[in-house]
Amino acid sequence: MSNPAITYNEDVVRKFVIAGMFWAVVAFLVGVYIAAELAWPEANLGLSFVNFGRLRPVHTSAAIFAFGGSVLIGTSFYVVQRTCRARLFGGEALADFVFWGYQFFIVMAALSYVMGFSQGQEYAEPEWHLDVWLTVVWVAYAVIFVGTLLKREEPHIYVANWFYLAFILTIAVLHVVNNAAIPISMYSAKSYAVYAGVQSALIQWWYGHNAVGFFLTAGFLGMMYYFIPKQADRPIYSYRLSVVHFWSLVFMYIWAGPHHLHYTSLPDWTQTLGMVFSLMLWMPSWGGMINGLMTLSGAWDKLRTDPALRFSVTAVGFYGMSTFEGPVLSIRDVNALAHYTDWIVGHVHSGTLGWNAFISFGAIYYLVPVLWQRSGLYSTRLVAWHYWISTLGIVLYISSMWVAGIMQGLMWRAYDAFGFLQYSFAESVNAVHPYYVIRWMGGVMFFVGALIMVYNLVMTVRSSSTSRAAPDYPAGAIAAGE
Amino acid sequence: MFRHEWIEKNAILLLVLTLLTVAIGGIVEIIPLFTIETTVEHVVGMRPYTPLELMGRNIYIREGCYLCHSQQIRALKDEVERYGHFSLAAESMYDHPFQWGSKRIGPDLARVGGKYSSDWHYAHLTNPQELVPESLMPKYGFMANTPLDFDHIAEHLRANRLVGVPYTPDQIAHANDDLLAQANPQADAEALMKRYPKAVVVPGNDRAPTELDALVAYLQMLGTLVDFANTSAEKLQQ
Repeated sequence: MSNPAITYNEDVVRKFVIAGMFWAVVAFLVGVYIAAELAWPEANLGLSFVNFGRLRPVHTSAAIFAFGGSVLIGTSFYVVQRTCRARLFGGEALADFVFWGYQFFIVMAALSYVMGFSQGQEYAEPEWHLDVWLTVVWVAYAVIFVGTLLKREEPHIYVANWFYLAFILTIAVLHVVNNAAIPISMYSAKSYAVYAGVQSALIQWWYGHNAVGFFLTAGFLGMMYYFIPKQADRPIYSYRLSVVHFWSLVFMYIWAGPHHLHYTSLPDWTQTLGMVFSLMLWMPSWGGMINGLMTLSGAWDKLRTDPALRFSVTAVGFYGMSTFEGPVLSIRDVNALAHYTDWIVGHVHSGTLGWNAFISFGAIYYLVPVLWQRSGLYSTRLVAWHYWISTLGIVLYISSMWVAGIMQGLMWRAYDAFGFLQYSFAESVNAVHPYYVIRWMGGVMFFVGALIMVYNLVMTVRSSSTSRAAPDYPAGAIAAGE
Repeated sequence: MFRHEWIEKNAILLLVLTLLTVAIGGIVEIIPLFTIETTVEHVVGMRPYTPLELMGRNIYIREGCYLCHSQQIRALKDEVERYGHFSLAAESMYDHPFQWGSKRIGPDLARVGGKYSSDWHYAHLTNPQELVPESLMPKYGFMANTPLDFDHIAEHLRANRLVGVPYTPDQIAHANDDLLAQANPQADAEALMKRYPKAVVVPGNDRAPTELDALVAYLQMLGTLVDFANTSAEKLQQ
């Protein structure tokens, strides 16, 4: 049924993998730096462009959109071609446009924050002209992806592509609606959002929570559904579970945003709806975790020999953990304590470091030897080092933030024997200092782990020890024979 | 009988059904917020930002202040005692976009207006650790030396009017004068006060207004507008 002469566009995937690794290092480095600013405020240096307030959007955008986005788009191009047995729709030029257009967006966004341009909406900081540009790039991306699905030679659309598709479509809707703004003039970067106050708040968190739900969850579940079965050499555990958890996840996530606004000026009915759906969301989330983990049935021994698979599987474990913690935090009474504290920061990082970064590392360790036609990774020992040093870093990060966050929450609401508030705000700042130092150390370890990975991957591509068959052949010549 | 296979074999069907499934939650939660009359309480005292406050607010956004400071006092006993009356939806009705924030690395600022003197704010923004040794806040002294860019102030007001802030033609026409009057204690502020009750004139000086002047003017109005003495509990029912 398939055309044996078919070749895939792997060039654009390679570009995205390289960009993803580059942005991972940048994102982690900036993260380590702003963590240092919170532990030692002198690190702000009194310079406007390295102040925490300007660098934090650089860190979040670099981590989510630059690192996460590059890995997502890159792997989606890889997966959709393989599972559809079709070359990317639109040719090399359109794929390259998406690559360079997206990288241009990232660089401009980061520069604009540092120079003092921001819309002032979390995870949606780029100003209107960059938003318009991203919309153009994203439409091109959607055209390639859907076009490839349409020209597939496989009768079925593989489950990974459902998730990638949901990610692409929903992010487009969220981006366009949340960024609606009126510029003060066509020549000015400054704009005012169309929505105000309470409506602005809900739309922002409808966007923000579903950036988590569709960028950081649906997209990465797409990765899970392709790479874990590949690495474990086993089929997906349950087809039925993937159907049920896909539709319920897609339906329920979108309701969960209001849990970011408990006890605020948002009307109670909206808060309650958000909480109820957040609690229900636990089930489809764990449906995905179970499907990922159980795929290893009969192949658990591979964890001993394949440290790259260890990354992917640990990622699914962290996914399960943070999607349990999330619903707990969405309960109003728990949220009353946790909101505004570092507990939330820890929760976010158990998801982003443990789930998103780890599943990306697992996929990239799998992809690099395939994409560059190498016999295997340069060193599995280094992968194991990367694994343990990053895991330890995450543990330091999230446990220090648990302690700091719960302590802040308790100190803010503590009363003394006379019925007065017991602590000033400044005392709570003082109390968390040691945990900010521990968090910084956790971040440094995670960053060092990423450097080890980059070294290992560069050596995988370069070293003669990993060359396949004849070492002198150019890579392309071998590709033709596959 | 329905078979999921139909969806799996038809990319367009998959696309349409996914979009529909995703749309429902957002529509149900967001649209009523624009249509239910009581979502934003009807209170006395809310007014659009003065031109100087608006520029200060833009600096607040530019510097990412919302990443460490919330502007949303939750309806919880300890918060109300620490920061004042819980925040009303009406108090951010002219905020495009909202600045409620999500993290308190520093304290909430929803009602910081009038809590400290303007001189305190100048000193604190220039060197926070001098006044609060535990503070993690960066130093913003550079703003004291940066002249405020308000060449396009009328366009700022006009853009706000386009998105729904009720600036009058009179306010737009006098935007420049009002801005200058608020940054200079020597100036006659009577017209400014008439157009924008409760505006706080900042110490400033004879030089052109600085970014710090604008930021302090913004901070000094936060949470001060609503007349709570004339607001009953029933009026605050959403």
